[in-house]
Amino acid sequence: MSSRNNQNTISQGLDWTIIWLYAILVSIGILCIFMVEYRPDTNWFQSFLGGKTNYSKQLIFAGFCAIVAMFILLTDSKLFTAFANLLYGFGILLMLATFVLGKSINGSKSWIPIGGGFNLQPAEVCKIFTALALAKFLSRQETDFSKLKSQLLAGVIASLPAVLSIMQHELGLALVYSAFLVAMYREGLPAQILIFGSSFAILVIATLVVEPNTLALSLTAIAAFLLFLLRKQLKKTKGLLVLIIGIWLFCVGTQRFVVPYIFNNVLECYQSTRIYSMVGKEYDCTKNKKSEKKAGEKAARKPDDYNVRQSKIAIGSGGVTGKGFLKGTQTRGKYVPEQHTDFIFTSLGEAFGFIGCIAFLSIYLFLLFRIVKMAERQRSTFSRVYAYSVASIIFFHIAVNVSMTIGLFPIVGIPLPLISYGGSSLLTFTILIFILLRLDADRQMVLR
Amino acid sequence: MPVFNQSRGRVVQIIFASVFFVIVCQLINLQLFSAKYKQAAESNALFRKIIYPDRGIIFDRKQRAILENINSYDLVVVPAETKGVDTFSLCTLLNIDTIEYKRRMRDIIIKTGNVRTGVFEALLTPEMYAHLNENIYKFPGFDLSLRTVRSYPYSVAAHVLGYTAEVDTSFLRKHKDEGYQMGDYAGYTGLERYYEKVLMGQRGVKNYIRDNKSRIQGDYEKGMYDTAAVAGKNIHLSLDVELQKMGEQLMANKVGSIVAIDPKTGGILCMVSAPTYDPNYLTGNQRKRHIAEMILDPRKPFNNRGLGTTYSPGSTFKTVVGIVGLTEGVITERTTVTCPGYFTGCGTGKPKCLDKGTFSFKEAVAHSDNTYFSTVYKRTLDQSKYGGADSALNVFNQYAYSFGLGHRLGIDLPSEKKGNIPVSADYRKIFGPKWYSCNVISNAIGQGEVNTTLVQLANVMAIIANKGWYYTPHFVDSIEGGDENKMLEPFTVKHYTDQRIPDSIFDAVQDGMQAVVEYGTAVASRIPGIVMCGKTGTVENYAKINGRVEKQLDHSFFGGFAPRDNPRIAIAVICENAGQGAWNAAPIASLMVEKYLRDSITGQERKEKLEEFKNKNLIPRLMRMQMAKMDSLKQIRINQLIQQQKMNKELNDSSDQEENSETDPKVIPSAPIKKQVPKKQITNKAAVLVNEDKKYKKYNR
Repeated sequence: MSSRNNQNTISQGLDWTIIWLYAILVSIGILCIFMVEYRPDTNWFQSFLGGKTNYSKQLIFAGFCAIVAMFILLTDSKLFTAFANLLYGFGILLMLATFVLGKSINGSKSWIPIGGGFNLQPAEVCKIFTALALAKFLSRQETDFSKLKSQLLAGVIASLPAVLSIMQHELGLALVYSAFLVAMYREGLPAQILIFGSSFAILVIATLVVEPNTLALSLTAIAAFLLFLLRKQLKKTKGLLVLIIGIWLFCVGTQRFVVPYIFNNVLECYQSTRIYSMVGKEYDCTKNKKSEKKAGEKAARKPDDYNVRQSKIAIGSGGVTGKGFLKGTQTRGKYVPEQHTDFIFTSLGEAFGFIGCIAFLSIYLFLLFRIVKMAERQRSTFSRVYAYSVASIIFFHIAVNVSMTIGLFPIVGIPLPLISYGGSSLLTFTILIFILLRLDADRQMVLR
Repeated sequence: MPVFNQSRGRVVQIIFASVFFVIVCQLINLQLFSAKYKQAAESNALFRKIIYPDRGIIFDRKQRAILENINSYDLVVVPAETKGVDTFSLCTLLNIDTIEYKRRMRDIIIKTGNVRTGVFEALLTPEMYAHLNENIYKFPGFDLSLRTVRSYPYSVAAHVLGYTAEVDTSFLRKHKDEGYQMGDYAGYTGLERYYEKVLMGQRGVKNYIRDNKSRIQGDYEKGMYDTAAVAGKNIHLSLDVELQKMGEQLMANKVGSIVAIDPKTGGILCMVSAPTYDPNYLTGNQRKRHIAEMILDPRKPFNNRGLGTTYSPGSTFKTVVGIVGLTEGVITERTTVTCPGYFTGCGTGKPKCLDKGTFSFKEAVAHSDNTYFSTVYKRTLDQSKYGGADSALNVFNQYAYSFGLGHRLGIDLPSEKKGNIPVSADYRKIFGPKWYSCNVISNAIGQGEVNTTLVQLANVMAIIANKGWYYTPHFVDSIEGGDENKMLEPFTVKHYTDQRIPDSIFDAVQDGMQAVVEYGTAVASRIPGIVMCGKTGTVENYAKINGRVEKQLDHSFFGGFAPRDNPRIAIAVICENAGQGAWNAAPIASLMVEKYLRDSITGQERKEKLEEFKNKNLIPRLMRMQMAKMDSLKQIRINQLIQQQKMNKELNDSSDQEENSETDPKVIPSAPIKKQVPKKQITNKAAVLVNEDKKYKKYNR
């Protein structure tokens, strides 16, 4: 209802809370990277100006991101709906190009060198395009999301980049695409899928953690208990009995055969090892069919639970109040590998302890809730779906990243949004958030 | 259409919140309830470096430092940084070949890793240090690291001072609660061991942070938890290093010991144990080899014969027997006994005496008459007032104990032996309950079951000099900065002999002992102008050779003190298997006494005597045979090695071998123990042995 004045397009209707949260998080990120890189015997100011260190690079990235953010805020929000499908196609193309132009960094061939020593990870950027494309698809007037066909199509949109990511050995990034399930759920995806999906995930993790026979026994016990509880209904409806026994059979079957099959035949040896080592177990690589094929390369390696162990030590040694800024012994001693990227949370946990972690996570949670609240106030489906996509992507990143540093999730290479060192990641989240801000600023317009 | 799903927004928020809740739960578990992570972090990152204080310095009675610390350098290396090292010139400087260089490098990498500092060559010689210091810039990754080592500037008193060594597991087990850890050095023998607590000082701790490759990253908490090292305390000895040095020279090529005590204080003036060794021999980088060499030596150079070996005191014990006899009243000074050539009291014809005739007490001491003291001893044990030999011997033993015999004196060195004063229970076992004085008559002349250490004997002399009292013999006079552990307290207690012994009896014994030197057995050892009292001893001894007990040449003993009025030195000397006491022990003692009282030897005749005894070789025949046997075994090994080398090289020349096999055990005298170590780094095993062989030969001719 408010008329748009060309003079204050940028600031009008902007949600400054989120901008502040964004700025705070990026600053915390740079400080965390500074903590990791800091050496007491070197003049940090000089090396900062030298631009050779990661924290000064990150600051440059942040500056670049600010410019990009400005541009996004200057654009017309209609542009995003118009170009959504095109951008998605471009993103997929970029990912396919990676197979040709790709450069190997840390064992995954998912980077495209763009000159100047910088590399772009298309799988990272593709999240934005997928979010836009999904929003576009769901907001189409002819899409009826209660129909299975639309649901399947939406699933294909979300999972296509994920499949490409897996092919690039980026399991972590591929997992992120499951975040779109949350957005789809909000748009009417049956809750059963979500419940079933998460139950299955819990079952898989339980299979890893609990001893197989114990798990089988407890599953049987639960089934028996259910049968006992529902004994009166069972007499009336025979279908229920079949259902319960069916579920029980499925669970035990999964636990007994499917999960081992996945670990031995689908996943690579190093992935299985990582997942097992996360729960403190050794994975016998000789069982792995894939590693058998290339047995000539290397014999079975020891489980590399070093990362998790050191990460847990760093966070655990922080205690209630932490060791203080720049006083983390584990951080200074470089005990945690990849601490400036995937394990950045450990430096925070060590320096500021439990209280610091809670404060930090609260900022994140506040951001997430704010985005959800923002999503709910959108009038257009496009904006809402997009907002939910952003919220769930950020949420998924935080949950997986923090969980893996504290030993609740296998180690998959996922950065902590806005905190971890890395231009691609920072840029992606900046674009994600600022497109959302732009859309939100124009929420009075009905976008189709 | 979106409206009916509005409630799902709330569900999404709940999902977010619940996942965060799970994360917070795990954080609570990790950060609030798991102490093990804190410990793990500390053991990860905290590096506690022990700061070793300098050990205390040991001074002699004239404030000369005889055990101090000197700076020494190790060549250390960080293997990862050695790119571009001029290996050849480094090897030339160190006298090693490149194979050895590579081997050491590999060992260091295995031991300490690639990025940490390892010791490439320990304890550089001064020349090597000078060369390396000039050229160290040529060798990146190499550095010279300072450390202090113990040094003995006078190269004497090895047995007294002892040595330090890196602690081993058995040491750590024994001294569990004293805070030692692997890599520490501790005193192992001698004063270094006994006064370890005083000398070691207090170790400091410096806390560093280290990184994942164990490289030091800086101080931990700005040194808040660091403690400073406190240097060890210096100690001052009563030992006279000049006297000790002359004693060691006199005892060169002999087996035995000299102990001299200041009777006024109980302070030990010198304690020589021969054969000895240069204590610096055990500080360098060849230390292990030298220790092995000495352990195998049949002369047992590590044994401190001053207190670690017990001997029959022989005739020197007659002084004690005489004092007891006079005190008990079984004889007086005027009592005379006639010797027809042997002791008639027991009808066995033993013991024999050297001079026939009739002796008063004084003359009996002067001429060491066996019959006289056998008579005294027999009369003492046969006294009817004690109602039997058992209780009479007990009375005798009470006297002996009060002279510091039969138990440890409590001297401030480890591993002191206590000697033996036989008790009646011993004899009941041997001779049955009806044993009597004739069974044990050889004790009268110090030949039976009586055993003393040389310190005990010197202490007896000090008691006679003092006329009835002594302080426990000891080395340390004072500790700088106070005796916190009260280690010197036992040495301030004055001990008295049996109070019944009047001064007149000591006078009588001193008369006799003065006569020994003036015209008696030790007349040849008279020092012009000094009134010395003494008593010679000639001790029969036996050794088991190939399962047969054979009589060996007598041990030569002498005990005495000087001057008679206001005595300043009490001395005891033993020279193993060197014949009569007057031949060797007495002259050596007289030279020592003169040296101490006059600071030098005066008179041409005395000076010649000094040189004569310095050069005398009195290594016992048995030891010579054992050494020769070892040498010839070594010879055989050498020959085999040479033979092998020859076979390998297919050389025909055999002259070398012939020369090597001409060893005759009987003509080979001993090589003196104090020999210089070949400084040159030896690379070939065969070469080592040949070198050794040549060295021995040089000494042999």
